[in-house]
Amino acid sequence: MDLLTELLAKLRGFLERVGAMTRFFGQLVWLSPAALLRFRLIVEQVYNAGALSLVIIMTCGLFVGMVLGLQGHDLLQRFGSEDSLGTGAALALLKELGPVITALLFAGRAGTALASELGLMRATDQLSAMEIMAVDPMKRVVVPRFLGGAISMPLLTAVFIMVGLFGVQLVGVQLLGVDQGQFWSQMRGAVELDDIREGLIKGVVFGIACSLIAVFEGYNAQPTAEGVGRATTRTVVISAVVTLVLDYILTALML
Amino acid sequence: MRSSRAIDVSTGLFVLLGFAAIVFLVTQITNREFSLRSESYRLQAQFENVGGLKAGAPVSMAGVTIGRVESIGYDMDLFKAVATLRIDSRYDQIPNDSDASILTAGLLGGQYVGITPGGSDEPFRDGDQVEFVQDAIVLENLISKYLFSQAGSRDEAPDAAPAPQE
Repeated sequence: MDLLTELLAKLRGFLERVGAMTRFFGQLVWLSPAALLRFRLIVEQVYNAGALSLVIIMTCGLFVGMVLGLQGHDLLQRFGSEDSLGTGAALALLKELGPVITALLFAGRAGTALASELGLMRATDQLSAMEIMAVDPMKRVVVPRFLGGAISMPLLTAVFIMVGLFGVQLVGVQLLGVDQGQFWSQMRGAVELDDIREGLIKGVVFGIACSLIAVFEGYNAQPTAEGVGRATTRTVVISAVVTLVLDYILTALML
Repeated sequence: MRSSRAIDVSTGLFVLLGFAAIVFLVTQITNREFSLRSESYRLQAQFENVGGLKAGAPVSMAGVTIGRVESIGYDMDLFKAVATLRIDSRYDQIPNDSDASILTAGLLGGQYVGITPGGSDEPFRDGDQVEFVQDAIVLENLISKYLFSQAGSRDEAPDAAPAPQE
């Protein structure tokens, strides 16, 4: 009996969070047009979420691409079609690896920063202080952070894919001797604009989802040291799960 | 905390890099080509069937890539496919009776144009037509030809005794 009530309470808590997050998202969207007028704040957040994530995104993109080059070459060699390496790698990066890995890294690098920053503001009563000064913390603090993250993600995705392709090219063409012309010409023959659109749409959606989760968890963190830590952890975990679930749904819709 | 100017500069760089990456993806890895051109000359070749040949495929001679397929069009007067080949100017001594054939690289590889040199003393010049061509082999045609020839021989002698072994 105890177990059942506990389970029901857990379920209720989960539903509450989902509902609260949906309401929070509605609020963010409602306030976004007004926040666009204060462009300065958004630029700062694009810097925090995007420009500061660039190094980790590029490093990881390069190595993901290089591994893809090695593995793809090894696999395709068995069919005697190493020349298709460019096609396979480009499609894999564009449609799946690029958006998903970027989103996971984004949640780890920018999402945690957002959540802990907002959580600390909550814990040190900065948000309440703003309210006392008649400054709406949603408008002044939360919405610019959300928009900054959502703007940065697709750009980071594109950079990741480009650097990844460079990595594939580095290993496949320079190291393993795939013909440069075949590599590019087959890739160009097979990749459609739709594939690029699919990757960028995923980047946009993941960016919105990860930024929403980060600001929601941070804004609603318990105002204790432990609460801030928990909010940060939850941000990463929930972002990762939501990204992968959304990835399946989006792929199923767009395939 | 960095100054707001520094933030502006790096944000601008980041956004530019992001858009540059999108432009790179759209222009460089789809078949819309905007690359820089090197010295080269063009040849035309008419094929009954180009199969899976694509613009950008290599043109090779004895396995060495000497150029690229620039474009593939359809000639409404001749009812033939016309491929424009762009050959690197370094290879300007190809005999003008050489033949061009559409070949496949590997089992699943892409198709390319292979050029076999002829015996003429005159080389190809810019805008020349390749006279001797060999079309792409279409697997379905080969299979149907084989199947129909089988069916045909069976129809001719439906109730004849099994052919004696010779």
